[in-house]
Amino acid sequence: MGKPTRVTNRIRALRFAAGEMTQAELADRLGVTRQTVIAIEQGRYSPSLEMAFQIARVFGVALDEVFSYPEEA
Amino acid sequence: MPFEEKMTWVNLVVTIVVPVWYFITMAGRLDATSAADAAWQKPMLIAFGITIGLTILGAIAVSIVSAASAQVTGRPTDSIDRKDERDKSIGRRGDVVGFWVASAGAIGVLVLTMLESAYFWIASALYLTFVLASLASCIVKLVIYRRGF
Repeated sequence: MGKPTRVTNRIRALRFAAGEMTQAELADRLGVTRQTVIAIEQGRYSPSLEMAFQIARVFGVALDEVFSYPEEA
Repeated sequence: MPFEEKMTWVNLVVTIVVPVWYFITMAGRLDATSAADAAWQKPMLIAFGITIGLTILGAIAVSIVSAASAQVTGRPTDSIDRKDERDKSIGRRGDVVGFWVASAGAIGVLVLTMLESAYFWIASALYLTFVLASLASCIVKLVIYRRGF
């Protein structure tokens, strides 16, 4: 696996909270491939700011409830 | 597997198969004649034509298989050739690597030209440059698709 991004996300938890939405359903809502959703969930791909907002909008939450970035040590 | 990744596999296979045919064909001709007299134009044009043809056929085959798979799994058929920002980003990274390989190869072609090599060697070196650039681009894309970035 490549170097993971430091951005973490709660997409998996949010999907299950949203009636166990599948990765394919989320991909269709976003207009992206299922593999992109998988890559984002696993931290292998950092989405653009626009897609990040779209993901947050799908779940009806604020951006920082989906994505977080660790504080500097 | 995203449509773009499948198409990258198609490009990789075509990029390997067609040049192998061309260089084997030309190696056979060089056994019988000198590089200066070798008729390389027709095989190279045929190679270009076959490359375009096989890529189109590959795209059709991938589309048919993807559509059939979508039917079986109940996925919307409009999603089979979806290309998103990750595909574009991966494509750009692969193309950048391909550009550098092509640039390095172009220097080799320039050297051959300066040495006034036979047209066959210059043309073949240029073709090989295109091939290596495409190979590098495809491999980088496929590695990124598998490993992420």
